Amino acid sequence: MSTSKTKSHQTSKASGKGFGVKVRALHAFYDDNEAVKGVDVDFPANKITAIIGPSGCGKSTLVRCINRMHEEVPGASAKGQVLLDDLDIYSLGIDPVAVRRTVGMVFQKPNPFPTMSIIDNVTAGPRLAGVKRDELHERAERALCDAGLWNEVKDRLNKNAGGLSGGQQQRLCIARMIALEPEVLLMDEPCSALDPHSTLRIEELIVKLKSRFTVVLVTHNLSQATRIADYTAFMLDGELVEAGPTKRIFATPKNIRTKEYVTGKFG
Amino acid sequence: MVEVINVPHTVSGARLKSRRALQADVILRWSLRVTALSMLAVLGYFFVRLAITAEPALSHFGILGFIFTNNWDVAHNIFGAWPLVVGTLITSIVALVLGVPVAIAAALYVTEFAPSRLRSTLALLLDLLAAVPSVVYGLWGVFILIPDLKPAEQWFSNTFSFLPFVGGQVSGPNYFIAGLILAIMIIPIVSAVSREVLATVPLQEKEGALALGATRWEMIRLAVLPRSRAGITSAAMLGLGRAIGETIAVTLVIGSSPVIGHQIFNQGYTLAAVIANEFGEATPGSLHISALIAAGLVLLVLTLVVNGIARGIIIRSDRRRGSIADKAVA
Repeated sequence: MSTSKTKSHQTSKASGKGFGVKVRALHAFYDDNEAVKGVDVDFPANKITAIIGPSGCGKSTLVRCINRMHEEVPGASAKGQVLLDDLDIYSLGIDPVAVRRTVGMVFQKPNPFPTMSIIDNVTAGPRLAGVKRDELHERAERALCDAGLWNEVKDRLNKNAGGLSGGQQQRLCIARMIALEPEVLLMDEPCSALDPHSTLRIEELIVKLKSRFTVVLVTHNLSQATRIADYTAFMLDGELVEAGPTKRIFATPKNIRTKEYVTGKFG
Repeated sequence: MVEVINVPHTVSGARLKSRRALQADVILRWSLRVTALSMLAVLGYFFVRLAITAEPALSHFGILGFIFTNNWDVAHNIFGAWPLVVGTLITSIVALVLGVPVAIAAALYVTEFAPSRLRSTLALLLDLLAAVPSVVYGLWGVFILIPDLKPAEQWFSNTFSFLPFVGGQVSGPNYFIAGLILAIMIIPIVSAVSREVLATVPLQEKEGALALGATRWEMIRLAVLPRSRAGITSAAMLGLGRAIGETIAVTLVIGSSPVIGHQIFNQGYTLAAVIANEFGEATPGSLHISALIAAGLVLLVLTLVVNGIARGIIIRSDRRRGSIADKAVA
């Protein structure tokens, strides 16, 4: 397995914006089935890093290890290190709940709470984190603005979130996540259930967000990776095959399997 | 080169109208129709006969008079069912208050917390509670619950006598004991239906809550319970329907006193228990028999009303959002 490390992660703390994430010798299991087989990879701060690879290659499992969601699946376990600003989130005494407040996640299918109003969806995270009542509205408004949703929903904040379109729901989920003011955003194929127009809006949003967050984007869509990702990591069969600047991965991949995948020979 | 095998050049009309298949369908349709309608007919016949038999009592006391008169006096041929209606309501409400939280807690534990290996075993054991014959629950109540709980009830009655419906001398068989037995009896059904409802909450919504930094309990409050509220409510209503109609276990522990008890640890009576106790002794053709049948009618209507409310809750929430969660019990 050849792991080329990304070059520019010295920015991670200096910028004071997002935290870089370093994954070291990470193995993830579902019962005895090893889905991630010893991966080392860096996600530099304030950059978008795409993880690409065919279905079942372990890319979703890898990102689910970064906010410790992986262990919520019955029978799942992980070993290795995930360093968040040089703190290993798998070390003893780390509270997974606190990790998830720092490392936000957006899922494949938009999953707003369907019985709640739009505003309650956005304030759900901050309320759990104990943010004061009088700050909630301001936080929600800021998050909705950041997610580019404010103008569309400002007149119906108390309406049910289920009434929004798929693309709006996904932006609501992004707003809900950034209302928690995390450092890292994990996005697990956030556009795969959306139409092309909504996909474009989400992509623009992700590019805007990288100035404040570190973004890890799992995607099935190779052209999405070339459009917005600064770095790209290619996974196959639970292993990291190659990682590097997106341009290089797509133009001059070092590994033959990467080359075959990005030119559409398989996957 | 495609070879066509065995296709006739012309399709004869006989081929398209296979008489045998057609006849089989007609027979099936009619036999199912007759079966379904005969069930309705039996129900209707049943209802009409009950109404005819109950008529002397209902016309003697008036329908409202029969239900709301607080006097059930067999010796003087006065039949007002109010003490029985009240007893039925009290025991059923006690059963709901005690049973439903436990049933929901059990369902939550099985669906959200129990290790996956234990889940099916636990669910099976809970369901087995429903298989215990109700007379066994009744006997258990008489020989174990009543003597064992009496000191605790008396202590509670003395200590919390400032609460409404609490205080004074505790009697062995009473409303509370009957409600407690009923609670145990409705737990399996309420828990099983709640389990089905909870299991339909989409994984992605639960993960959404966890990813926002929710603990398990917060996830349940945020993502699981709001979506299951209507389903759990109708589960409770199903339990209530059972509690209202339960006869033999209640008959054994209610005390059979047709006078409204003034506190929860007093003896009482319920509609179902009065029928079970007095039917054998009543003279055929008497006003007493008629009054007992009328009590049965009141019970039937009460159960129908409760079930109707449960349906209403399900339908209303279905309309509000095309949710699948509640259809599990519909």
